[in-house]
Amino acid sequence: MKQLKVLSLPYLVWMVIFILVPILMMAFFAFTTENGALTLEHISDVGQYANIFVRSIWLALIATAICLVLAYPIAFILSRMEKHKQGTMLMLVMLPMWMNFLLRTYAWMTLLGNNGIINYLLGLIGLGPYKLINTSAAVVLGMVYNYLPFMILPLYSVMEKIDKSVIEAATDLGCNSAKVLFKVILPLSLPGITSGITMVFVPAISTFIISRMLGGGSNLLIGDLIEMQFLGNAYDPHLGAAIALVLMVIILVIMTVMNQFSPDDQVLI
Amino acid sequence: MKKLGNVYLALILLFLYLPIFVLIVFSFNETKSRSVFSGFTLDWYVRLFHNKAIIASLINTLIIATLASIISTVLGTLAAIGINSMKKVPKAVVMNITNMPVINPEIVTGVSMMLLFVFFAARMNLEFGFVTLLIAHITFDVPYVILNIMPKFKQMDPHLFEAAQDLGCSPFQSFRKVILPEIMPGIISGFLMAFTYSLDDFVISYFTSGSTSQTLPITIYSMTRRKISPEINALSTLLFIAVVAILIVKNIIETKQAKKNAGYKGV
Repeated sequence: MKQLKVLSLPYLVWMVIFILVPILMMAFFAFTTENGALTLEHISDVGQYANIFVRSIWLALIATAICLVLAYPIAFILSRMEKHKQGTMLMLVMLPMWMNFLLRTYAWMTLLGNNGIINYLLGLIGLGPYKLINTSAAVVLGMVYNYLPFMILPLYSVMEKIDKSVIEAATDLGCNSAKVLFKVILPLSLPGITSGITMVFVPAISTFIISRMLGGGSNLLIGDLIEMQFLGNAYDPHLGAAIALVLMVIILVIMTVMNQFSPDDQVLI
Repeated sequence: MKKLGNVYLALILLFLYLPIFVLIVFSFNETKSRSVFSGFTLDWYVRLFHNKAIIASLINTLIIATLASIISTVLGTLAAIGINSMKKVPKAVVMNITNMPVINPEIVTGVSMMLLFVFFAARMNLEFGFVTLLIAHITFDVPYVILNIMPKFKQMDPHLFEAAQDLGCSPFQSFRKVILPEIMPGIISGFLMAFTYSLDDFVISYFTSGSTSQTLPITIYSMTRRKISPEINALSTLLFIAVVAILIVKNIIETKQAKKNAGYKGV
């Protein structure tokens, strides 16, 4: 099949120009001044935005944790349903994902607004109005709403493979429900948990739309910061490249850590 | 216990669907109010169809998604076949780079491509617009095509290609008659994935589009930045109906195929 190697040539050229070179350019921009001289200035400038980094990591962590807690029982319930029901239910859960995420976020913008329906309904029973939108809680809510299916799907696909008889065997051998959960289901679903965490955490930490639409101006995240350096008033692609590079490194570190928890040789039943 | 599970499932579904449902209801609202339903109207739909920016960006999105997914399917299929016949180390290097747009946050892919286009724009006659947008879409689509096709090779006997040639096929014939049918399911799912990602993409398009060539998500974004307009609600309703219709059709086809396959096995 050696002669077939040549078929990949067009893609290899494409890959080098449009995947590899842009990433290298980003690294180059992060470490150089406008005149092309090497500098560490931009990387050290990123330190000034430590508070934004901390906020982004914190909010993304909370959102990921909430997603995990909400999704775990859902995935389990789905995986234990009768086979023909599973497909339909899974489709129902995933269907909102097919709507563009801007529209899903916009939906929450209208719900949470000061004149929105939630405050209106609360007003009817004599409460509020509360400041719901432009808070960090609204940003977390937006992340959970948008990324919850990303958590459900990988969890469901590992749990679906857990044989019913394994759970029955554990019960027969004297495990109570808590023990079955912690000694059987949890270890077997670990690969799903780790891939779910990455699938939620990565988009959540790098979003700039959710924070802008639901967080107002006071809840800037890393994504907003990068966007401002490239398309905003603060135009400075060198600083922007440095921030993006730091974000990339943070995510790579987290993914490496997550991979440690999910050994490939783990046998799925 | 089972009842509790169903209640929980219902609550989660409510959480997922209620916002969309409210959006749909208020697309028929007479006033711009987001909380009080004052009367039924189809005005926002009429306005939507007269909104040139939306219609133009919808057409643009469809053109870009179609072109990008076709080009990336061809590019990616050839690439997958080639990569599969590489030695271990070059294969691993190429696959690692191919994975980058999938693993990297979209904003990193977006700004890095923007840097490249800015560089080209300054030196050559390249403007931000249709071309840059198409290049960006192909770039993030191809990895999905390749990743969908690669597993198909694992299920295939590596000697089939040589066997076909020993039996008198030309390399092209053995490609068309032996390899292609084996990897076809991967090609199709890769194409569909590329097409949906292209339709839906906002972040990468946002950084690579410029002002001349907008996609629907970008138009939606600029609409949400300006005043409230129930036209967005109307648009959401139509898109939601489209999605539901497509998924139902897809489900029907799959069930029919499953029945057909089961029937063959029975005979």
